[in-house]
Amino acid sequence: MRQYLSFFRIRFTGGLQYRAAAWAGVATQFAWGFMTILLYEAFYRSSPDGFPMEFNALVSYIWLQQALLAMFMPWFFDPETFDSIVSGNVAYELCRPCDLYGMWFVKNAAARLANTVLRCFPIIAVAIFLPAPFNIGAPANALCAVLFPISVLLGFAVMVAISMLVYISAFYTLSAGGIKVLAVSVIEFLSGAVIPIPFFPDAVQTVLNLLPFASMQSAPFLIYVGYVTGKEAALTIAVQAFWLIVTLIGGRAWLKRALKRVVVQGG
Amino acid sequence: MIELSNVNKTFKVAKRNAGFTEAVKALFMKKYEYIHALNDVTFTIRDGETVGYIGPNGAGKSSTIKIMSGIMAPDSGECVIDGRVPWKDRKAHVKEIGVVFGQRSQLWWDVPVIDSFELLKDVYRIPFDEYKKNLNRLTELLGIGEIMKMPTRQLSLGQRMRCEIAASLLHGPKILFLDEPTIGLDAVSKIAVRDFVKALNKENRTTVILTTHDMQDIEALTDRILLIGNGRILMDGTLDELKSRNTSKKTLVITYAGEKLPSVERVAVVKDIGGHAELVIDTGEISVAEAIAAISAAAEIKDITVQGTTVDEMVVSLYKEFKI
Repeated sequence: MRQYLSFFRIRFTGGLQYRAAAWAGVATQFAWGFMTILLYEAFYRSSPDGFPMEFNALVSYIWLQQALLAMFMPWFFDPETFDSIVSGNVAYELCRPCDLYGMWFVKNAAARLANTVLRCFPIIAVAIFLPAPFNIGAPANALCAVLFPISVLLGFAVMVAISMLVYISAFYTLSAGGIKVLAVSVIEFLSGAVIPIPFFPDAVQTVLNLLPFASMQSAPFLIYVGYVTGKEAALTIAVQAFWLIVTLIGGRAWLKRALKRVVVQGG
Repeated sequence: MIELSNVNKTFKVAKRNAGFTEAVKALFMKKYEYIHALNDVTFTIRDGETVGYIGPNGAGKSSTIKIMSGIMAPDSGECVIDGRVPWKDRKAHVKEIGVVFGQRSQLWWDVPVIDSFELLKDVYRIPFDEYKKNLNRLTELLGIGEIMKMPTRQLSLGQRMRCEIAASLLHGPKILFLDEPTIGLDAVSKIAVRDFVKALNKENRTTVILTTHDMQDIEALTDRILLIGNGRILMDGTLDELKSRNTSKKTLVITYAGEKLPSVERVAVVKDIGGHAELVIDTGEISVAEAIAAISAAAEIKDITVQGTTVDEMVVSLYKEFKI
């Protein structure tokens, strides 16, 4: 555990150095958040009945999405990890008395969290004080407030576990570029990052909710805004936990296999 | 104690000729070739030995190191190090070994070297006292006290290599694998690294396995040589044994008065230009003293140097002998 903490610390403090990038990120997220909200407002005005949720709930969803972007962005990959596989530097990492999967998982989680810590507070702080209905509302009820942090953590872990699969694929393809693009597009669309899942047709929603992608950002955000509550919320968290276990076990097993037939590149 | 017996490793390598048509063809029909990187490799290394592992590029040196350090599993054969199979018991095994890959870096690029050391301390769970003790000793022996505070990216290659070696030894390993540790280093750094390894082996009885192309490394450090070529162990012996194979030949470089050296019996002339000549004798046939007497009888010698064969030449002749 101690080792993982150290990896976390070195990566986290490293990530905190990039303050200018964080401010630029905050500005981008505001612009993007406003644009999206204005777009949905236009839809809402033309037909409020076609909306699956309250307008303010949707606005909260979008602000949460922008604030926690760094936790859930599917396109973030640690270049160091890819480099070490492709160049063969993984040799050194394999010479360490620790678990490679755990080490990479922690490094990735730390990098994402460092980015989130720098960006989320200014966004949330401003979004709270925006005039209604363009502000971020409070959690829908007490249960939602309790379940939200649990769900965020689970969703975050699922996100990292799935990006681990992309890293491991680099052992086979040596250039993860293609798989990266494919994985990112699929995850973005199916996880509710582009359009929240409630806006999909009902039949599609049923399927999406069972896939691992809905267990990332969609689950916690929908719990927060109260779209999913009560028994349903508990079920959502159970599905998240299920996918976390599956992706963790699957990723570990796959990495073990990959290492067995690994060719450490270079002399 | 390191024991390898009948270790084999084969790589599948995609191959194609140059050119666009060949590239398109390869899309549909990829040709593979099997390269036998290691072929029945067998050897035993006792505790406290320093072994030079030599061979031309692509002979299988790095593959062997990778197997011994638990990074790679062989196709067949056995490898037992201190009672453990490295790739099966990887975590326990790597605690006892230190590895330096001369062409790679294990230090974090952006942070001061000491931060990397601190991280390694936690990774290897080195107790604080032991870490302090090892660190003090390493900084003193390798002269990295000041360098340690600088970020890795600002170090010269020689400085970095010294830090890399220190990083591999913080946890006090019993076995040290050095894969081309002096590659690209200047004379001063090379000597610093050699002296350090020597001291380490002497004081801690650390087993050192060294691959290198620098024969001076071999001469300075190792008491035993393993020669590998085309994946096979071709020779296993001491440096003296290797020398005795070759020492019957001596080279005499002379400067003499005159234009052409008259031929002398049992002395072969390699080069003879305008008063400078290079001669080779076989001490089995004629002693150095006899040869000098014979030459000085034939010509007026102004200067003379007697050279034995260098280790480099010995290795070249070994490579020739084994056709690798």
